Amino acid sequence: MKKGQKLAALLLAFLVAAPLAACGGGQATGNGGGTLTVLAAASLKASFTELAKTFETQHPGTTVTLSFAGSADLAGQINQGAPADVFASADTRNMEKLQEAGLVDGEPQVFATNTLAIAVPPGNTAGIRSFADLSKPGIRLVQCAKQVPCGAAAAAIEQKTGTDLAPVSEENSVTDVLGKVISGEADAGLVYITDVRSAAGQVEGVPFPEAASAVNSYPAAVLSNSRNSADARAFLNLLTSPEGQQVLAAAGFGSGRN
Amino acid sequence: MNRQAYSGVPRWIYALAVLAALVVVLPLFAMVARVNWASFLPLVTSESALSALGLSLRTSVASTVLCIVLGVPLALVLARGRFPLQGLLRSLVLLPLVLPPVVGGIALLYTFGRQGLLGRTLEFLGLQIAFSTTAVVLAQTFVALPFLVVSLEGALRTGGERYEAVAATLGASPGRVFRRVTLPLVLPGLASGAVLSFARSLGEFGATLTFAGSLQGVTRTLPLEIYLQRETDPDAAVALSLVLVAVAVAVVALAYRRPSGGALQTSTQRTTTAAAPGGNVA
Amino acid sequence: MTFTFEAAVAERGFDVTLTVGPGETVAVMGPNGAGKSTLLSVIAGLLRPDSGRAELSGKALFDFSPGRSTWTPPHQRGTALLAQEPLLFPHLNALENVAFGPRSTGATMQQAKSEAARWLAEVEAQDLHERRPAELSGGQAQRVAVARALAADPALLLLDEPMAALDIHSAPLLRRLLKRVLTDRPAIIITHDVLDALMLADRVVILEKGRISEEGPTREVLERPRSKFAAGLAGLNLIPGNLTARGLETADGQTISGHVEDPSYAGGDLAAVAVFPPSAVSVFLDNAHGSPRNYFEVTITDLEPHGDLIRVRAGGLAADITPAASADLGLVPGLPVHFVVKAMAVAIYRA
Repeated sequence: MKKGQKLAALLLAFLVAAPLAACGGGQATGNGGGTLTVLAAASLKASFTELAKTFETQHPGTTVTLSFAGSADLAGQINQGAPADVFASADTRNMEKLQEAGLVDGEPQVFATNTLAIAVPPGNTAGIRSFADLSKPGIRLVQCAKQVPCGAAAAAIEQKTGTDLAPVSEENSVTDVLGKVISGEADAGLVYITDVRSAAGQVEGVPFPEAASAVNSYPAAVLSNSRNSADARAFLNLLTSPEGQQVLAAAGFGSGRN
Repeated sequence: MNRQAYSGVPRWIYALAVLAALVVVLPLFAMVARVNWASFLPLVTSESALSALGLSLRTSVASTVLCIVLGVPLALVLARGRFPLQGLLRSLVLLPLVLPPVVGGIALLYTFGRQGLLGRTLEFLGLQIAFSTTAVVLAQTFVALPFLVVSLEGALRTGGERYEAVAATLGASPGRVFRRVTLPLVLPGLASGAVLSFARSLGEFGATLTFAGSLQGVTRTLPLEIYLQRETDPDAAVALSLVLVAVAVAVVALAYRRPSGGALQTSTQRTTTAAAPGGNVA
Repeated sequence: MTFTFEAAVAERGFDVTLTVGPGETVAVMGPNGAGKSTLLSVIAGLLRPDSGRAELSGKALFDFSPGRSTWTPPHQRGTALLAQEPLLFPHLNALENVAFGPRSTGATMQQAKSEAARWLAEVEAQDLHERRPAELSGGQAQRVAVARALAADPALLLLDEPMAALDIHSAPLLRRLLKRVLTDRPAIIITHDVLDALMLADRVVILEKGRISEEGPTREVLERPRSKFAAGLAGLNLIPGNLTARGLETADGQTISGHVEDPSYAGGDLAAVAVFPPSAVSVFLDNAHGSPRNYFEVTITDLEPHGDLIRVRAGGLAADITPAASADLGLVPGLPVHFVVKAMAVAIYRA
């Protein structure tokens, strides 16, 4: 082989290997004995970070790797073969998709629920007191697009109460809604009660009774391509244990078993 | 010139060049391969898709016009003017080229948003920028303006100053020099800059999402619609992506089409060879 | 119309005072970097001088004399500039290019076009109206550029080496053309070519290092150069020094004898030059020759063909000898030789 060709082959090998090497870490943890990879909905970030630490103390030698994103994104990643052991979704729809694709091992367990709340900027300048207030003219309401779970929940409440909301923006994720309330661009945003809790100080929460008619269930399941299903099952157990429920409740989640 | 011409490119370069082309082409090909052709037409002609496409085209045209109106003077000042901190100004103006669009969106939010630098003044004047189509146009202009300025400033620098001097000694006022000499000379640069700005506006996503929000018919442009559809209907996302790719291909083809022999296309080249006897006439 | 000019540009070491009389054409010559283009730029208004003032036909072009600050922008000066390159606007055809000036100064499209047609005919380009600059040869383009400059009806025409970029076939035609149109038209022409100066200019100004080193009627400057540069243009050897009773004494103490062309000279040191043609110089390998002669011990730097002779350059002087003589003497660069000039062939006059 000529020198130039050797160089080219080397470069080619590098180019192919570089991306593999970059994601190699994730692969190792997903399949290795002492690691547990958990893909969880973004709203679970605070609680799951805490619970992962608890799990690691309870199971010395096991490392928990967490990855947070929108439930639909995570479901898509699993569908494309992302190596993981546990999936915790913010809605049942995405979990069902994976079940249909045969990617879930066993029955998913609902470990938490979440209800919508109205987030307003500190001081509540627009004077929002109820769900009905959101449809008052001149109110700049931001909510989720109905394609994502928080938007679907809002749409369900709208329908049940016969209210017609006119948001100025329909965001892709609940964090985007929250961001627009925090920045003061919006007078009000429909988010989860857990979001109001986590953004305490930056927004004020206005709970409304109608929210009870559209409760989001959070199911979690062991994935069928998990190489560490024993630990995965143990993690699910932690979620539904009194200890796990306490952490979730502290973040504002409702009880899983209802 | 002909097939025998010596190119001097080492063979292994070709291997890497092919690889480079694959990096760009393969993902596009993969996406096209995933298009669900049976439902393609209904998907891209759905009400929300057409609304997003229409909004994208309208806002991109508006921001391109804004880029021309504002970018031409800016490029001219950067290319011809001599003033302190000129280099710094140029770097700052080009910043959106390398800035993540989300950062641009945040910056715009703190400028034109309700709580922003100009927000209160605008609100006082009865103007609400955030969540409006105006916000989309602003976000697009923010990210697209550098493209126009860069290509126009390049064109201005490759020639023109001496023509402008001659025109002035012939009695033409600065305004007339600008209209009758400078602008026609840089027209090809301006045209390609405008096309690039349009393309960039069309593809703008991050700044719009952060700054303008997302509402059908008002702020939800095609890229935002694709992003949203991806949540529930990957087929629709792929179909709409293909539409965007098609528009982008058309735009790029328009910008880089070979000069058709018109004098305007050759004008910037001629500036350097104008004096060569019997220079390339074709 | 008269043009008076004095200006200094400190940054470029430029300090020039110049006048152009009614209908006069002045050739400006000088080595590269002497400030010739600076001169035209300042006159045309493309460069702002630090001090000085200029007036054209009674109108101030600029006035930066103490306590004043007057500046007329280029387009109000009436000083059309014709550069080395034609710089025809590439997006306009020949007729539109020529019509540009009249249109700029308020003529209607109709008037401007007929004016342009007249000037295109004047420069023998009447059949090129529709051509784009890209479709013109170098010579044609420069002729159109001349027409364009003249159509602007300048009070003073500025020409910056207009023939320099032309091939040897186009240059004579343009030179003839310029001779015709420059008659009775005030103009300043920068040139490197003695022929241009002789044919086109009434007066020549030699510019060196940003200053005028010599000026006068063209013929006089070329016949009796007082600067090294002018002597070089005229193809003459020139040695500067001081006039003494015995001839010219150079800076290094050598006395050059010759014909002192200054009857009024009454003694005392006076700056002067000794001038003689290369043809009057003989080359020897030793110095055993009769007087009255001037000897120069020099080392050959260059040999070059000059007509049917060989020009020998040595010690800043030139000698023209036959190729046969050169071969006989075995002249090569680096060889020390003696340049010998008869006193009779040397003209000595005040600098």
